[in-house]
Amino acid sequence: MITGESANELIAGIYADGWSRIVATMIRFTGGDWDLAEECAQDAFAQALRTWPQDGVPRQPLAWLTTAARNRAVDRMRRASAEAAKIRQWAALEPQQPAPYTSDSEIPDERLELMFTCCHPALNLDAQVALTLRSLAGMSTAEIARAFLVPERTMGQRIFRAKQKIAHAVIPLRVPPAHLLPDRLPGVLHVLYLLYNEGYGDQQHKTQLSREAIRLARVLAALMPDEPEAHGMLALMLLHDARRPSRVDAGGELVTLGEQDRSAWDPDQIAEGSAILERALRRRRAGPFQIQAAIAACHATAPSAQQTDWPQIVALYEQLAQVAPSAIVELNRAVAVSMAQGPEAALPLVDAIAESGRLDGYYLLHATRADLLRRCGRTDEADACLHTALTLAPTEAERRLLSRRLAES
Amino acid sequence: MKYLMLVCVDPDLTPGAAEGAPDVEDWVSEMDGKGIRLMGDRVRPGSDATTVRVRNREVLLTDGPYAETKDLIAGFDVLECADLDEAVEVASRHPMAWGGVIELRPFWVED
Repeated sequence: MITGESANELIAGIYADGWSRIVATMIRFTGGDWDLAEECAQDAFAQALRTWPQDGVPRQPLAWLTTAARNRAVDRMRRASAEAAKIRQWAALEPQQPAPYTSDSEIPDERLELMFTCCHPALNLDAQVALTLRSLAGMSTAEIARAFLVPERTMGQRIFRAKQKIAHAVIPLRVPPAHLLPDRLPGVLHVLYLLYNEGYGDQQHKTQLSREAIRLARVLAALMPDEPEAHGMLALMLLHDARRPSRVDAGGELVTLGEQDRSAWDPDQIAEGSAILERALRRRRAGPFQIQAAIAACHATAPSAQQTDWPQIVALYEQLAQVAPSAIVELNRAVAVSMAQGPEAALPLVDAIAESGRLDGYYLLHATRADLLRRCGRTDEADACLHTALTLAPTEAERRLLSRRLAES
Repeated sequence: MKYLMLVCVDPDLTPGAAEGAPDVEDWVSEMDGKGIRLMGDRVRPGSDATTVRVRNREVLLTDGPYAETKDLIAGFDVLECADLDEAVEVASRHPMAWGGVIELRPFWVED
């Protein structure tokens, strides 16, 4: 019998793999009540954490958790719901096991299928993505808020509104037929990309999120061979991932792109990513993911930061700003301009972003400004910016990196 | 679930864009037959509209539509559908989804 610490480890493993399945089952079971579905799934895992270490792990852990979640839902609905008819209906059903997830769709992966199911086009793109990350990927509202660069409160409200609309407009949770998949592709692409990014930070325990995102991106690209953006996104992930080993040094410290040991980059992954990107670009429908992959390819194939084709990267960011304008894109373009033309040319661009206030809470805006100011010889102003960045940096590793820079100046 | 289907004209639509749109009579008889369309009608344009407000217990009338919108609402239908997907399917087969815009509003259901 599995008990104690190993039971806890097992629960963590099941959480990573089974969360989305249990939530999806519960959403159906509760008749589309997303909040209740998530709460009951959470309660089931909490119950497992309480009981398994002592009583041992049940033979079918996932079924046990689903049943626990279902019982919890029935309890909650009995107590809370005034809709007596609905309760009677559920009570009458009383299945020992909830119906297994079945579908006859063409999507060859259950998790991907659930993502397509959640990304309903009657919800705006941000809402689709946030809701899917919350409900299926099990990301917290705080983590999703960070990914969207908005305050947690704002994100909480966004998710709340989306759930409200689902309930009020009766948006069904149903696997879409093949001909409707392209409508939902933008949402699914963003979900996968943010999932990838969540695992690309400096927290080692999250790297499995990136691996899972790449796996799903491969399934998606094979499923939709005529969608260049799906291939562009896979290429982008592979090109980023090739650089993963050199992003953190032996002491666990973050290493910036310019200082990374390029011999540690994975040449096979770079070659694969570049080849996928090239095939996608031949379709002549360059979207944001293909353009970002092209930028990543410029970096990945350059022998050093100095020998990088910065004018080409500037041009790509300009193209990206046209198809997907955002303050982040402008900031990245400014960095490329500083490398192509010097910090003096880039500083006004960053100042304009800073004055607009759009990225006030984003530490990289201030860190970038600090870097440009220092290269222009304005060290006092640079230090002030670094201090601001330090208070905004989301992780310990990022704070240490900024502190080292402050010490060096 | 009941949905109000607001049938609107799209002043920006280029002529010919609605080519091949289904016939409205066919749509009405099919949806009536299936029990999906509970009621509906065309309405006169905004120039025939009257706006009513009560302010300080006084009834105020305005000649014309509410807000400075163009003549947008051309008609309405009330649909009874299983869910939004079905309502979208029904709306997308109305000729004015091709030659105009349709807005679906779920009825307010008391919790």
